[in-house]
Amino acid sequence: MIQLLAADGTRTPHAELDEVLAGRGGEDDLASPQRLRGYYRDMVMIRAADLEATSLQRQGQLGLWASALGQEAAQIGAGHASREQDYLVPTYREHGIAWARGIEPWRLLESYRGVSHGGWDPNELRTHPYMIVLGSQAPHAVGYAMGLQRDGVVGTGDPETDTAVLALFGDGASSEGEVSESFTFAASFDAPVVFFTQNNQWAISVPTSVQSRVPLAQRSRGWGIPSVRVDGNDVLAILAAVREALDAARAGEGPRFIEAVTYRMAAHTTSDDTSRYRPSSEEEEWAEKDPILRLRRHLEQLEEIDEAFIARCDEEAHDLAMALHHHIHGMEDPDPVGMFTHAYAEPHPIVEAEREQYLDYIAQFEDEGDDVGRDDAAEQKGELA
Amino acid sequence: MSSTNLPIAKAITAGLRDALRADDKVLLMGEDIGVLGGVFRVTDGLHAEFGSQRVVDTPLAEAGIVGTSVGLAVRGYRPVVEIQFDGFVYPAFNQITTQVAKMHNRTNGTVHMPIVIRIPHGGGIGAIEHHSESPEALFAHTAGLRILAPSNAQDAYWMTRQAIECEDPVIMLEPKKRYWVKGDVDPDQRPELSPWQAEVVRPGTDATLLAWGPSMPLALESAEAAAEDGIELEVIDARSLAPVDYPTIAASVRRTGRLLITHEAPVLGGLGAEIAARLTEECFYHLEAPVIRVGGYHLPYPPARMEHAYLPDLDRVLDGVDRLLEH
Ligand SMILES: Cc1ncc(C[n+]2csc(CCOP(=O)(O)OP(=O)(O)O)c2C)c(N)n1
Repeated sequence: MIQLLAADGTRTPHAELDEVLAGRGGEDDLASPQRLRGYYRDMVMIRAADLEATSLQRQGQLGLWASALGQEAAQIGAGHASREQDYLVPTYREHGIAWARGIEPWRLLESYRGVSHGGWDPNELRTHPYMIVLGSQAPHAVGYAMGLQRDGVVGTGDPETDTAVLALFGDGASSEGEVSESFTFAASFDAPVVFFTQNNQWAISVPTSVQSRVPLAQRSRGWGIPSVRVDGNDVLAILAAVREALDAARAGEGPRFIEAVTYRMAAHTTSDDTSRYRPSSEEEEWAEKDPILRLRRHLEQLEEIDEAFIARCDEEAHDLAMALHHHIHGMEDPDPVGMFTHAYAEPHPIVEAEREQYLDYIAQFEDEGDDVGRDDAAEQKGELA
Repeated sequence: MSSTNLPIAKAITAGLRDALRADDKVLLMGEDIGVLGGVFRVTDGLHAEFGSQRVVDTPLAEAGIVGTSVGLAVRGYRPVVEIQFDGFVYPAFNQITTQVAKMHNRTNGTVHMPIVIRIPHGGGIGAIEHHSESPEALFAHTAGLRILAPSNAQDAYWMTRQAIECEDPVIMLEPKKRYWVKGDVDPDQRPELSPWQAEVVRPGTDATLLAWGPSMPLALESAEAAAEDGIELEVIDARSLAPVDYPTIAASVRRTGRLLITHEAPVLGGLGAEIAARLTEECFYHLEAPVIRVGGYHLPYPPARMEHAYLPDLDRVLDGVDRLLEH
């Protein structure tokens, strides 16, 4: 397993990956103290947003929340390893990826609140929608990568042009047939795609050990897709391994696979109960390997971090959490008529007729000077409460 | 250029060729569609003309074929996917229903899914298991999808073109039993009828007979046979199965007062059931009889030596007409 930062923050040298971090092509040093502090801040921010989302769920503001606690290094590292032009294909827990892409956390919360199914423009943000049907997005990633090949933006040698796709899915999702089919397509067509699995040890209550007899990193090798196993709580190792793999994919060297070994510190979602299936000792053991703490220790060893910086990050994180809180509390439910808007791109007589029907139906209540349907619903909720 | 006489399969080939020429974002994907030209030779010659980046022989993975076409569509391509036989679309069912159908909606309309999924459709060819199915209701029930079912060469050509031009995903059900039946095609004259409209193909006064795709010859044959007994059936080719063109069908039912629907798919939960319910609602006071359906039984599609008993035929349709006129 590749590791550049030990749990106590000690840096282990790695001939090849250190070169990647240093920026082979004369780019910025990805491990410069300034960058390291940036990753630290990002992880602190995303953790705060995550914890706030959990409490918003507890306050009834979100229907559900899938926390990424503990996976910050894997996500921030992979997110920053990609280039501006790369296309990222996440699952439903990739809040750090979204953050690294500049997607505001409140946009992620919208789907968990139930006001939209995602709603962003994938091409504008170069990020596919969050995906709920496990593994379904993996072939999309390969197809997009096949599009890149046809667009002539692979292997040109120009770092501003060459583009790749980063496809993310969980250890459990890797059991889905579509992930295997994606390996087949990626290998068949040499598609510029990097598959990135966060092995957070659990797929709800089923441990990775049940789903795979070998380390996940070995799986893609049956397809001839090179792979590495990386410490997922080590932001530097992730950054280096993903950057290296994406560089190869962009250069036209075909697909790669990365297993990031990490841990889901929180429950699967706010509906889950970890005490039924995993010992708290396991959670305590992994808390020792916390990705944020690890980077902080490393920065301390470099004497590149001080109390003032840490306090500033914490303050910013608090502000973000508060902003999120106010944003969500102030969020209006969308007008249900909007349901009818984007089922089809072209006019559809049946959807249009049903929309008219719905408008006529609710108009009856407006004529009575009141929204009777809504009052009934509110009353029912009151009775239940 | 005036019209040419082409078999349905070749009309589709011509439609694909012209679409590939018209827009370099169009690409074909499927199993054996390249050098072989597809198991039905529908893509014959296209690989030679457009090369393997535009006419892609894929691995044997239907979910992969449809799933990668989703990614290509996000990237701005217009993939046309061939499924070898109707019974092999099910491995891709997840991608079609949860991804292809919903991506536009999921992204608040920012992404279009101009994907065409071509499926050789229907039975009566003496094939082995899984080569003769009629899954239209499964897809018609899924919002976000459109379904076209050409029954003649002209529609086969133009629906291919129009499905590829459509910004929504379209499932093209190709009547495989009739691939080699010829008809006139005019590739220069865009038809006035929209692909989403049904067509009254034979006027009549006593009852409306609705069919589509592979059942159209049977519907016309039934109308001729009925005419010999003095019964004038108005025959409608539904053409689009999602959306169904209810106004055209309802107008006919208001004229004739009676409706018979025939399709190969099982009657239970079939598209005929939906159309019957809708027409009953819309035309209740014009109906002189309940809507009658003649279709497949609630059975797995039977082995070839029994399919003649499973599929609607002239006698079963005429028996349905008798029941319709009894009222
Ligand atoms: C096709 C499908 N089956 C089942 C589910 C329900 N489900 C949601 S998450 C999950 C476990 C996923 O585990 P993993 O892939 O390891 O990702 P993680 O949640 O650990 O990040 C399951 C079974 C689903 N979303 N999609």
